Amino acid sequence: MEYSCSAYELKCNECGKSFGNQPLSACDDCLAPLEVHYDLEAVRAEFTREKIAAGPANIWRYKALLPIPAGFEPDLPVGFTPLVKAKRLGKRIGANNLYIKNDAVCFPTLSFKDRVVSVALANAQAFGFETVGCSSTGNLANSVAAQAARLGLRACILVPADLEPAKILNTLVYGARLVRIDGNYDHVNRLCTLIADDYKWGFVNVNLRPYYAEGSKTVGYEIVEQLGWKLPDNVVCPMAGGSLIRKIRKAFNELIALGLVEDKPVRFFGAQATGCSPISTAVKQGTDYIEPQRPNTIARSLAIGNPADGPAAAKMIAATNGWAEDVSDVELASGIQELAETEGIFTETAGGVTTAVAARLYADGRISEDETTVICITGNGLKTTDAIANRYEFDRAVRPRLADFAEYLEELDGVREPEPELVEV
Amino acid sequence: MSVKVVLPTAFIRHTDGQKQFASSASDLPGLLADIDQTFPALATQIKGDDGKLRRFINIYINDEDIRFLGGDAYSFKDGDEVMLIPSIAGGKG
Repeated sequence: MEYSCSAYELKCNECGKSFGNQPLSACDDCLAPLEVHYDLEAVRAEFTREKIAAGPANIWRYKALLPIPAGFEPDLPVGFTPLVKAKRLGKRIGANNLYIKNDAVCFPTLSFKDRVVSVALANAQAFGFETVGCSSTGNLANSVAAQAARLGLRACILVPADLEPAKILNTLVYGARLVRIDGNYDHVNRLCTLIADDYKWGFVNVNLRPYYAEGSKTVGYEIVEQLGWKLPDNVVCPMAGGSLIRKIRKAFNELIALGLVEDKPVRFFGAQATGCSPISTAVKQGTDYIEPQRPNTIARSLAIGNPADGPAAAKMIAATNGWAEDVSDVELASGIQELAETEGIFTETAGGVTTAVAARLYADGRISEDETTVICITGNGLKTTDAIANRYEFDRAVRPRLADFAEYLEELDGVREPEPELVEV
Repeated sequence: MSVKVVLPTAFIRHTDGQKQFASSASDLPGLLADIDQTFPALATQIKGDDGKLRRFINIYINDEDIRFLGGDAYSFKDGDEVMLIPSIAGGKG
């Protein structure tokens, strides 16, 4: 199942042992997570601003720095989502240079998971897996199911039994086998580790995890390119397993190393829900030791009580002089509404967390108003409508008459609109 | 009293291919001491230079992370299934 490629290979982050390329996620000596390492010099000629600009308007424009097996021809236009200046949200929270990286509209399943899954499945095919799967809190399940369908792979997806119905339906529709597990995400995750050990299946976030995780770097490449090849001052990013925030930094560092962007300090800020905040707790306590938690939050897509990349994320945040914050379920629901009301972007619960945390970081003075800050919105609100459904009421129906309409407005606003003037003809 | 210890495939090169074994240890420190004696190569793999369990290994008692049960202070009960699993997986969404 092994294949060779000179530009990248798996290495242990702790002891540095090399593993070539194979479906493996932990070092067999020290058991630490493996990560894809690149020979940056080998791709220097391929990875230039000009060549990237000439590439397709999706993540494959960066494929020279993605672990894609030789001969793989990507055809799904994943990623390259909008980076929009958030003037109205900025005004509300006291930010003059605020941007939203909007992966709520990522193709094909409306979350940033489409990026990681496309990279993982490219490798699953190369390794010869006919069945792929994942443990998921929803978005990942949707994306694996959709992309496996397109590639003609079988998909078996394990989710916590209490997952939102929309996310379950959004997985079943692609013809995937979905197994609801009577437990929380950490239970599901542990079971998947055991399954991957016993079955010859490619689990995107278990034995394919090092490749999968690299897909997250494309968020970082896009941010820099869309800012006109400049680094932001700050990135605010949701944290579940703790992988995305690190990979955005890895992307920035690669661009700096290859001379595509001028080096400058970038601070990273992590966002969690208070009901599942093992990483933000560690950051606040000045440690990288992660005390596992039992998740209790409506932000299910962030509800990982025992995050695999938590220690590395906490360490990285501290190293960049960043910070991590967590917000309550009430605050995250308000965050969803605030982003929608100011910028017209409807995000899921995780995005509500990130928006509310960003607001708090400005309020607490941890981010200054003129700094360039990018908030990473990673999922779509249409998948978690339950989170805010109780905040709205359907009002009474109005008869289709102008007078009734005017009366209704008066009822709502307490004042009558001026009568239209009669115009002589 | 006896507990069943279950290992991931990555560890069985140190146990002559055994994926599970019985132990009469009464708690986690007792189990690690037991492994020192029975499978010294496995002990070296799962413990760091400081003699403590590596932080990339999670221990589950039946379905629960041992850290939620008191960690080293948890007293094994007869028939407990003790699983050692590398903390490799994860993924949002």
